Amino acid sequence: MADILVCIKRVPDLGGEISLTPDSMSVDTSRLGHTVSPHEECAVELAIQAAKASDGEATVLSLGSADSLEQIRDALAVGCTGAVLVEAEAERFGPADVAAAIAAVVRAHEQEGRTYDLILLGNDAADTGDFQVGIRLAYALGRPVVAGVSTIEVVGDRVIARATAAEGTDIFEVDLPAVMTVMEGGVEPRYPSIPGRMKAKRVAVETVAPSISPAGPGRVRLKLPPVQPSQVQILGHGPEAASAVVDLLESLGVSR
Amino acid sequence: MTLVLVETDASGAIEVSQEALTFVRDLGSPVHALVVGDVPAGLVDQLGEYGVESMLHADGPAFTAYAAAAWAAAVVAAASTSGDEVVVAAGTPRGSEVMAHVACRLDVPMAANVVSIDGTGPLQVSRQVLGGSALEELRLDAATAVLTVAGHACEAEPSATSVSTKVEELDVPVVDADLRARVTRTEAGDPDESGALKSARVVVGAGRGAGGPDGFGDLLEMVELLGGALGVSRVVTSLGWRPHNEQVGQTGSRISPDVYIPCGISGAIQHWAGCSSAKTILAINNDADAPMVTKAHYAVIGDMHEIVPAINAELRRRRA
Ligand SMILES: Cc1cc2nc3c(=O)[nH]c(=O)nc-3n(C[C@H](O)[C@H](O)[C@H](O)COP(=O)(O)OP(=O)(O)OC[C@H]3O[C@@H](n4cnc5c(N)ncnc54)[C@H](O)[C@@H]3O)c2cc1C
Ligand SMILES: Nc1ncnc2c1ncn2[C@@H]1O[C@H](COP(=O)(O)O)[C@@H](O)[C@H]1O
Repeated sequence: MADILVCIKRVPDLGGEISLTPDSMSVDTSRLGHTVSPHEECAVELAIQAAKASDGEATVLSLGSADSLEQIRDALAVGCTGAVLVEAEAERFGPADVAAAIAAVVRAHEQEGRTYDLILLGNDAADTGDFQVGIRLAYALGRPVVAGVSTIEVVGDRVIARATAAEGTDIFEVDLPAVMTVMEGGVEPRYPSIPGRMKAKRVAVETVAPSISPAGPGRVRLKLPPVQPSQVQILGHGPEAASAVVDLLESLGVSR
Repeated sequence: MTLVLVETDASGAIEVSQEALTFVRDLGSPVHALVVGDVPAGLVDQLGEYGVESMLHADGPAFTAYAAAAWAAAVVAAASTSGDEVVVAAGTPRGSEVMAHVACRLDVPMAANVVSIDGTGPLQVSRQVLGGSALEELRLDAATAVLTVAGHACEAEPSATSVSTKVEELDVPVVDADLRARVTRTEAGDPDESGALKSARVVVGAGRGAGGPDGFGDLLEMVELLGGALGVSRVVTSLGWRPHNEQVGQTGSRISPDVYIPCGISGAIQHWAGCSSAKTILAINNDADAPMVTKAHYAVIGDMHEIVPAINAELRRRRA
C-alpha cells in the first residue's frame, strides 16, 4: 500500500496578455481565471494511478489563500481522497518557505500515524518557476528526490521513475519514502466527471495555518517586456495568398 | 570568484554552458569551471578560449551514473576549494536540478533562469517567470549566490583573450545518501524526439485549428517540403492528436527556428513562451485579431485547411 501526497499551486490562467498590479509586485489577476501547471496536473494523475494500484490514498495539498480550494476540489474530483489547505498568502512565501511549511505538515501527519510514502510535486510552478520546492522538501525530510520524471510505478517499497533525458530515458529505482517532481508528457490527466465533482464536495479539507513565518521570496519587482505595436504584414486572405507565401519563403532562404 | 558547472557532450561544452560561461564574464571576476565525469577531447582548450582560469574535475565511481546529489556535492566541494561566491549552471533540466541541491546543501536561495545581473552587493538579478513572459527582479542576499542562466540569455562568445586553463582533480566527499536517487539504467531506444524540433530551421506549427487527429496530413506535407519539423500547441497534445514531444511552449520545447509557421494556433502566452525566439513568424489563422497574428511578422487570414494545401501545391509547382 502506498500513500501519496501531491502538491499543487493555484496560478492565474493567463490569456494572450499579462498586466501587473500598480506596485509591480504581482500579476493583475482581477480578470483572470485560475489553474495549476500542466506538470502538476500530471503529478495528480500519477498520484491517483499509483495510489489505486496499491490500495493506498492520494492526498492533495496546496499552500495558498482559501481560493485555492477551487484547485483542491478539482484534484479531489479526479480521484484524490484527502486534502490539506495550508492557508497563507502564497506571495509572501519563497520556495524555501513553501518547502518548510509542507515539510511541517508531512511531519505532523507522520506523528498522527499518516506517512506519505511518496510525495509528488511539479518540476516548476507555472508562475514563479523556481525549480526547487520539491528538492528543498526532500532535503527538509531527509528523503531521496528525483526531478523531472514523466512516469512512476510503485513496486513494493521502491518507486521506479522514468525521466526523458538527452540520450534516452533515464530510469531511477529509489527506496520509499521518496520525493519526485513531475514533468508533463508521461500521462494524460483525466477530466473530472459530474459524480466526481459531487464526491469532491463531500470531502473534508483539513485547513491548517503555516507553521513557519516566511522569509519571503526576495522579489524586488516584476517587469514586462515592452509591448511592441503590431507590425504584422498581411500577405493575403485564403488560398490566393499561396504565391505570396512561397515568395516570402524563398526570400527567407528556406525554400529553394 | 565564480564557478560554472559545465555540461558536456562528445564535442565539448554544450551550447548553453558556453552561454553561461559568457554570461558570468560580466561579473568581472575570475571564472572556474567544474566538469563531472568524462572530459571530451578539446574541452580544456575550449574552456581556455572562454577565459576559464581553472577546470576542476570530479570523477570516479560516484559519477559513473548520474545522481544529482553527488553532482551537487562536487559543486559544493569545487566552490569551497576555489573560494567561489557565485555558483552558476545553465538552466537545463540537469543544471536546474543540481543547483537546487546545491542551494539546499548551502542553505541559501537559488535564482532560476537568470537573464541579467542588475547589481552586486547584494547581488540583484532579473530572472524569467511565467514561462519567460515576464521578468522578476530578485535580491540574492546570501554568502553564496546560486543561480541558473536562462537559455539564450546571451550569445555564446569566446573571451577576447584566451588563457591556458589549469586542470585540477577534485576530491569529492560523496556519502551513501547522495547516491539514493541515481540513474540505474538508460533506455537508449526512446530518445528525446524533441531534439529535431529544437534544432529545426523551419517549424510548421499546428493548433486546435487542425480540427482533429486526421487534420495533420497537409501540415506534415509542408514539413516535408520545407525540410522542417512539426510543432504543436498544448490543445493538440492534451486532446491526444499528437505526442507531447511535439509540444511547443512553457511546458514543451523552446524553439528558435529561422521561420515558424503557426497554423490555427491562437498564441496564448504559454505557447508564445516557446516560440518567441523564432526569427520570422508567419501565422495562418482565420481570426485576424488572434494574438499569434498580431505578434507575427507576416500572416495569412483564412481557413488553414484551404491555405496549407495551396501553399504545398505552389511549392511543388515551382519545384517541378
Ligand atoms: C501553466 C500553463 C502552461 C501551458 N503550457 C503550454 C505549452 O507549453 N504550449 C501550449 O501550446 N500551450 C500551453 N498552455 C495552454 C495555453 O494556455 C493555450 O490553451 C493553448 O496554447 C491554446 O492552443 P491553441 O492555440 O491550439 O488553441 P486555441 O486557443 O483554441 O486557438 C485555436 C486558434 O485556431 C484558429 N482556428 C480555428 N480553426 C481554424 C481554421 N480552420 N483555420 C485557421 N485557423 C483556425 C482560431 O481562430 C484560434 O486562433 C499552457 C497553459 C498553462 C496554464
Ligand atoms: N504554494 C504552493 N502550494 C503547494 N505546492 C506548491 C506551492 N508552490 C510550489 N509548489 C509545488 O512545487 C512545485 C515547484 O515549484 P517551484 O519550485 O516554485 O517552481 C510546483 O509545481 C508545486 O507542485
